[in-house]
Amino acid sequence: MRVMVIVKANKDTEAGIMPSEQMLTEMTNYNEQLVKAGIMLAGDGLKPSSNGARIEFSGKKRTVVDGPFAETKELIAGFWIWQVKNFQEAVEWAKRCPNPTGEESVLELRPFFEASDFGDELTPELREKEQRLAKQMKEQAAAKR
Amino acid sequence: MTAPDRSRSIEAIWRIEFPRLVAGLTRFTRDLSAAEDLAQDALVAALEHWPRTGVPERPGAWLMTTAKRRALDQLRRVKMLDRKHEQLGRELDERPDTRADELDTSLDDEYGDDMLRLIFVTCHPVLSSDARVTLTLRLLGGLTAEEIARAFLAPVTTIEQRIVRAKRTLAEARVPFETPRGPERDERLASVLNVIYLVFNEGYAATRGDDWLRPALCEDALRLGRVLAELAPAEPEVHGLVALMELTSSRARARVGPAGEPVLLLDQDRGRWDQLLIGRGLAALARAEALGGARGVYALQAAIAACHARARVAAATEWTRIVALYDALAALVPSPVVELNRAVAVSMAFGPAAGLELVDALAAEASLAGYHLLPAARGDLLDRLGRFDEARAEFARAASLTRNAREQKVLLDRAAACGTKR
Repeated sequence: MRVMVIVKANKDTEAGIMPSEQMLTEMTNYNEQLVKAGIMLAGDGLKPSSNGARIEFSGKKRTVVDGPFAETKELIAGFWIWQVKNFQEAVEWAKRCPNPTGEESVLELRPFFEASDFGDELTPELREKEQRLAKQMKEQAAAKR
Repeated sequence: MTAPDRSRSIEAIWRIEFPRLVAGLTRFTRDLSAAEDLAQDALVAALEHWPRTGVPERPGAWLMTTAKRRALDQLRRVKMLDRKHEQLGRELDERPDTRADELDTSLDDEYGDDMLRLIFVTCHPVLSSDARVTLTLRLLGGLTAEEIARAFLAPVTTIEQRIVRAKRTLAEARVPFETPRGPERDERLASVLNVIYLVFNEGYAATRGDDWLRPALCEDALRLGRVLAELAPAEPEVHGLVALMELTSSRARARVGPAGEPVLLLDQDRGRWDQLLIGRGLAALARAEALGGARGVYALQAAIAACHARARVAAATEWTRIVALYDALAALVPSPVVELNRAVAVSMAFGPAAGLELVDALAAEASLAGYHLLPAARGDLLDRLGRFDEARAEFARAASLTRNAREQKVLLDRAAACGTKR
């Protein structure tokens, strides 16, 4: 499964304050570990919202609003996309991240929708077969104990 | 944190650390079985201590030190300590108040070498192919026996026995825990790549509507490949294999239609191709080529996949380039299946008549006798040449050769469509 790890913004990231050399080194090391673990798919930092814009939709109406945007807590400063076995694995890796903005930081983790969530690959027969198989596995496991 | 949350967290940490633990402990004890047991013991210890003391800052180091301490105890009991062990034992004894995670500083340095040694061992040629796949998934992929059983649709006991026997075989053959060098290295590396590719194909074939549980194997294989690419970055064929897997995986969502029926590559909705994976695949291929590995078996297959990936629409495919790549591939691995794929590419580049000539030359190939894709390809070429009756017959024959119900339907539909406007 894939998980997006979102680095939330704070006043430092919005002010465009560059991380210290030590922070950069720690972050580089961390990214290396992610790559070596085979879970890193993508990742990057984003410029402060003063460089960005929003498109606001209201029915057929479109309004372009230039940054910066006020509600810092709601903004994002960067992201990763990781491939992991399960959500808990992503949580543990995220905990190992050096504090991304030095002081108070938030990483938000969100799992991707998978094709199986849409059910378009799972016909009724396949679903039934999978349920039968899962039941079989449970019975086998129980019989073992 | 509630107790169940905590144990879930500890288990997740342990699963992350498991392959490194086994690798490091195997070097320490020279015994793969013992290493795995010690790693399990370390988990038990973590579940016991961490709820009280909190999760250590460097959980991997804590687990490793704890396991090594226990290993030393065991070795002491059977009087099998060597000088290095004695030295470490003294170090550990001298600093009883130091946190376990502060003691093991060697962890990161040795990790890469140990992991590489481990994968060469789990893929050792003394083991059967099944054993190599199972042991690699267990020790490097961190899959449980249950997960492996489920993925391969085998009983759990079979998988468990296979793991036990594999470890015993390695012990009895006295397989050394080391990275092969020189001429042996290429052969052994090929074995490792073969195992990873086998796992990938197992998962990929399963996406053809048979069992959706199994595609996770593709992720496992990809992950192993990516890990290996970092452990052995100078090996072009490793990057070639990773490229092939990334590019092949990029098409996963487009391969199956709404009724679970397979969709041919040229008919796939390219909007459903995963551009992230395509980007990664092309980058891996570039790495292989930069290392001079453009003519490797995996790199060539990846290059073919890259030709498809780069084409925004099917009509934009660089078929002559694909033909050249198949020429190179056929020279390396002469195989009827490669020849067949080449024939199809030739038909796209130079017209159906040229392709048919090559396909007809394969008609007598014994190994392709039951292979439904041969008559399917022939049917397609005849259809394009306007020989509709013959085309229909070939598609019907292809349908009779495949056991997959959905694939059959697709072929029968094609038979019916011959001669009608498409």
